[in-house]
Amino acid sequence: MSDAATTPAIPLRAATDESPLVRRILIAIAVSGLGILVAAPLIVVLAEALAGGWAAAVASLSHHDAWSAIRLTLLIAIIAVPLNAAFGISAAWFITKFDFRGKAFLITLIDLPFSVSPVVAGLCIVLMFGANSLAGGWLAAHGLPIVFAVPGIVLATLFVTFPFVARELIPVMIEQGRAEEEAALTLGASGWRTFRTVTLPNIRWALLYGVLLSNARAMGEFGAVAVVSGKIRGQTATMPITIEMLYNEYLSVAAFSMAALLTLLALVTLLLKGALELRHAGQLAAHRVQ
Amino acid sequence: MGKPLIYRSPMPGFGLSMGITLTMLSIIVLLPIGALLLKGASFGIGNIWETVNRDRVWGALLLSFRLSLLAALFNLVFGVLLAWVLVRYRFPGRRILDAAVDLPFALPTAVAGIALTALYAPNGAFGSIAAEAGWRIAYTQWGIFIALVFVGLPFVTRTVQPVVEEIEREVEEASATLGASRFHTLRHVILPMLTPAALTGFALALARAVGEYGSVIFIAGNIPLVTEIAPLLIVIQLEEFNYDAAAAIGIAMLLISFAMLLAINLIQVWSRRRIGHV
Repeated sequence: MSDAATTPAIPLRAATDESPLVRRILIAIAVSGLGILVAAPLIVVLAEALAGGWAAAVASLSHHDAWSAIRLTLLIAIIAVPLNAAFGISAAWFITKFDFRGKAFLITLIDLPFSVSPVVAGLCIVLMFGANSLAGGWLAAHGLPIVFAVPGIVLATLFVTFPFVARELIPVMIEQGRAEEEAALTLGASGWRTFRTVTLPNIRWALLYGVLLSNARAMGEFGAVAVVSGKIRGQTATMPITIEMLYNEYLSVAAFSMAALLTLLALVTLLLKGALELRHAGQLAAHRVQ
Repeated sequence: MGKPLIYRSPMPGFGLSMGITLTMLSIIVLLPIGALLLKGASFGIGNIWETVNRDRVWGALLLSFRLSLLAALFNLVFGVLLAWVLVRYRFPGRRILDAAVDLPFALPTAVAGIALTALYAPNGAFGSIAAEAGWRIAYTQWGIFIALVFVGLPFVTRTVQPVVEEIEREVEEASATLGASRFHTLRHVILPMLTPAALTGFALALARAVGEYGSVIFIAGNIPLVTEIAPLLIVIQLEEFNYDAAAAIGIAMLLISFAMLLAINLIQVWSRRRIGHV
């Protein structure tokens, strides 16, 4: 009884809210849009992988070409991601701890790979290190072929993932300033010790975040790798390249089973990324006004 | 006179960090791009123009650019809407929705390519529905459009989201107090604040879409002059070991990317002057 007296018939809303109807419509557009664009492809990958049952999917993944693709992709990531992290830390240290002319230009150069098509990136690697090029010819003559071999895939992967870690670390390190490091140095710590005990703990979550993103890209890169790999089955075919080859041979279950593995990797990446954002949002560069 | 090239700093590791940074930047990015430009220079500007100035190449470049523009426009509208919904509204599943926005960044493009093709092919889940209406999606320009929307999806949302979070409610309250309708406030108060970030996201999505390869080639059908994208032309030339022609088209695409990079920077400079930040 008394409820009717205190609750108005039409719920009041703040002047800074949209009407409930508008709100529902916008939420419905967002949910259905993401459902069609993002959820549907995910579901279709799993459905197509299991179209012939679990046994067929597992059998296609235990084929030795599939195994060698998985091993190669892991190998590429194990080489490329730490190199990318080492570069990212060096570049962020150089850019945020010192003042020099041309800093903005250097940052632009580091970001450059983001605006170059992966196919053009692969083309650049081929022209630089291919058997017909100066550098590639010399290296191949000395027993280190780059293009159509693993080193070329690593270089292409490094190209496309180049800015990931640096981009994540630079804003965080600018915000933290230099005072803590200066204090440590004044107290007599060596440069290396200062980095390890002062800087690294401050940037570890941002570093992990950047590593996560660059790992996802390293394992999934297709365009740049397609150009440099030569697509030699069992030798230079990574997981994404194998997906293409299987798909073009109409081996749907095998292609989608391999795709499902990479989809799981993507989901794990998103999960870890979400956990980092939830717990350490203050120490990450993402989700900030740049 | 003039500013010193390098300011003295008590920080250690100047030589080491500069050495690693510049060496890796050179070997991985600058020298390879230089090799492309050098190849172009030895091929000659006349020959480059002759290679690019063919119907098939123009067709591919224009197709890539036109569909990328349309996809980026779609993402501009949908991305702003998504950012608004994710920041302002509370509803069950919001966190999952927020995480889902990043999937196109995390999912390998080849996986996206075959998944979208399976969905939109004439016998696929969505494709069969469209086929009943006489509408073919996969292996037409519609398919390319959908793939480009997919890969560009996160850019606008992720650039606009932090800006929506920073909007002070007082501004909206002031607008409402002065008698503006909610729509009027959104249109004339909120939207101008979001514009710079939205444009940055739009430009990033556009740049990504123009160079996109993996997610497109499966669904495109790759018919010259109809559904053949520019990056595919480079791959075709390389498969025929026609390095000169590949380099010529590569340089054309590189120039387009640089022009877009410049545009992104100009947008940021412009909006910094106008708003104070991006």
